Amino acid sequence: MSASGRRLLAGWGGRPASSAEVVCPATTGEAAAVVARAADEQGPVLARGLGRSYGDAASSAGGTVLDLTGLDQVLGFDESSGLLRAEAGISVEGLLRFSVPRGFFVPVTPGTRQVTLGGAIAADVHGKNHHLDGSLGAWVRSIRLATPAGERLLAPAGEGAGFWATVGGMGLTGVVLDATLELVPIETSYMLVDTERGADLDECMSLMSERDEEYRYSVAWIDCLKGGSGLGRGVLTRANHAGLADLRAAAPRRAGAPLSFSPRQVARVPVTPPFRLPSALAVTAFNEVWFRKAPRRRTGELQSLGAYFHPLDGVGSWNRLYGPAGFTQYQFVVPFGAEAVVREVVEALGARGVPSLLAVLKRFGAADPAPLSFPAPGWTLALDLPLSVPGLGELLDGFDELVASHGGRVYFAKDGRLRPELVSEMYPRLEDWRRACDDLDPARVFQSDLSRRLHLRKA
Amino acid sequence: MIDATGMPQSAVLLGGTSEIGLEVLGALASRRLERVVLAGRDPAALGPAGERLERAGVREIHLVSCDVGRSDDLERLLGEAETALGSVDLLVVATGLLGTAELDRLTPAVVQEMFAANASGPAAATAGFAQRMASQGYGRIVVLSSVAGLRVRRANFVYGAGKAALDGFALGLADALAGTGVGVTIVRPGFVRTRMTAGMKPAPLSSEPADVARAVLGALEADRGVVYVPPALGPAFLLLRLLPRSVFRRLPG
Repeated sequence: MSASGRRLLAGWGGRPASSAEVVCPATTGEAAAVVARAADEQGPVLARGLGRSYGDAASSAGGTVLDLTGLDQVLGFDESSGLLRAEAGISVEGLLRFSVPRGFFVPVTPGTRQVTLGGAIAADVHGKNHHLDGSLGAWVRSIRLATPAGERLLAPAGEGAGFWATVGGMGLTGVVLDATLELVPIETSYMLVDTERGADLDECMSLMSERDEEYRYSVAWIDCLKGGSGLGRGVLTRANHAGLADLRAAAPRRAGAPLSFSPRQVARVPVTPPFRLPSALAVTAFNEVWFRKAPRRRTGELQSLGAYFHPLDGVGSWNRLYGPAGFTQYQFVVPFGAEAVVREVVEALGARGVPSLLAVLKRFGAADPAPLSFPAPGWTLALDLPLSVPGLGELLDGFDELVASHGGRVYFAKDGRLRPELVSEMYPRLEDWRRACDDLDPARVFQSDLSRRLHLRKA
Repeated sequence: MIDATGMPQSAVLLGGTSEIGLEVLGALASRRLERVVLAGRDPAALGPAGERLERAGVREIHLVSCDVGRSDDLERLLGEAETALGSVDLLVVATGLLGTAELDRLTPAVVQEMFAANASGPAAATAGFAQRMASQGYGRIVVLSSVAGLRVRRANFVYGAGKAALDGFALGLADALAGTGVGVTIVRPGFVRTRMTAGMKPAPLSSEPADVARAVLGALEADRGVVYVPPALGPAFLLLRLLPRSVFRRLPG
């Protein structure tokens, strides 16, 4: 095991930051051994993957943080069932590089390939297919979890309380060592994408509501700076996997290698500039170009997996553009019927001129049984917001109240600033989760800065 | 813990009856502040200060009698703060004694007391909390300095010299803490209308304790290391520091 010692850790948003003892296990056995000793150690213990949660979910001040990115091996794959077993530190990119050439796709992928399997389970991540396929937890068949009392093999069947407390449990039930995931078969590594523009928020929402079931993947980008009649205008991109016949028809030359997958990073932001770049003016200009360059309506466009699912992965460390003050992502969900909340948030951001470069709107389908899982039937809006905006905290507190009072919630994997009092209102099954979590880790060894800030493990 | 917008949940106020300090904590209580330790020399005055924060919405308030001039008091404060709060997210250093600058009143005892209140006491306390914060892996220290320390004036030179020492100490400490997760914010107000300045003629660019509190919140939100209150004092003192001494000492006030 290579121990890299004390390190300053932050989420993707850059703030808050805290320092912890970082250890890098080279095998799942080493990781389990660290956990077994954890009860005797001073301070909390937590697993960390690629650090793509935005706030403080993968930091544990003054504690021991296990960097699991070295545990990135595929342990087994059965082509007939599509079941793949892999170590927790493998990234979605690693999974795709393994599975796509074999004709399988990861059932749920978030907006970046740079998340680990363990982190994706801990956050119960969702993708553009949530309205049909649910979140990642629905596709996980088993989890091998290291706890201070030893290893546990968790499965969703039976009572499954430990499994569902671990899915969406933000790493607080123990350390995921490996997991078995059901992959979905694909014929090609291409998507057939339909693009449409919505002139305002209402049109975007009604377009999405009408025909979302025809697309496995659906998402809309929303312009939050456009006021007046164009408020909440957006670009919908909806897609299905291209079949071999589709590929032959659309691009016969590529049909020779239908399952090629070689995502590339085209650029990288090398350092954090001493100021933030996305000013309101720049974002307004960007939004205008983005909206105008999208066709009013285009169907059946062939796109690569990477281009459709992970466009931002083309630029490395783009989070640095937000400068030293960092940024946060505000993502909430409200039930169907509470569309007015989405409108109010978009209006408030536009009125304040808060530049949100990437506002993403999506419809969620049914929730899974995990008590702390974020997705629930309804509308979710995700907004990247620079923390250098004065008074941003109070503005978001107002949004929280609005969201909670309509039966909605915010996403822990994105959060760095929720008011702790609202957690039990947003997650009414918090006590169920606490019980299951305490069953697995009675000494409450597993803590993150997020769990301490929101008092997740104690009332 | 401290959230992404820089807002703490627990705090120690050194100079527990300081109007500026209480104003800062009151403002933080409307955000995320839950638990507070007020440390001060006068136990009788700490009570009303605590009640004020209770009204502002702080859930848990602990009063600790402490003379920053005494290192045994400081050691006890460090222990009691940890017991009461668990981890200390924020330390606000707001001790201060304007004292005197009249030559015939500057006995060794008076000078010693003023340096203890303005410089050596708060510096010692800050160092103690900084060590603990570095080991807990995060924290924020807000030091109430003063523009009086940027260029020491005859009118309040003992106070100003003390603030100059504290300001320099805090700047160096901030650099020493780089990479630990602990941040330092140095606040440099001009003339603030408080008990300490009651009866004095306000200098240009004066402010109220609430202005200072707003500036501190803004600095925490933006993760700034130095903040002037009002901001115009920054460029003003850049120029004042360049004035020849013969001119500077003739300036009014």
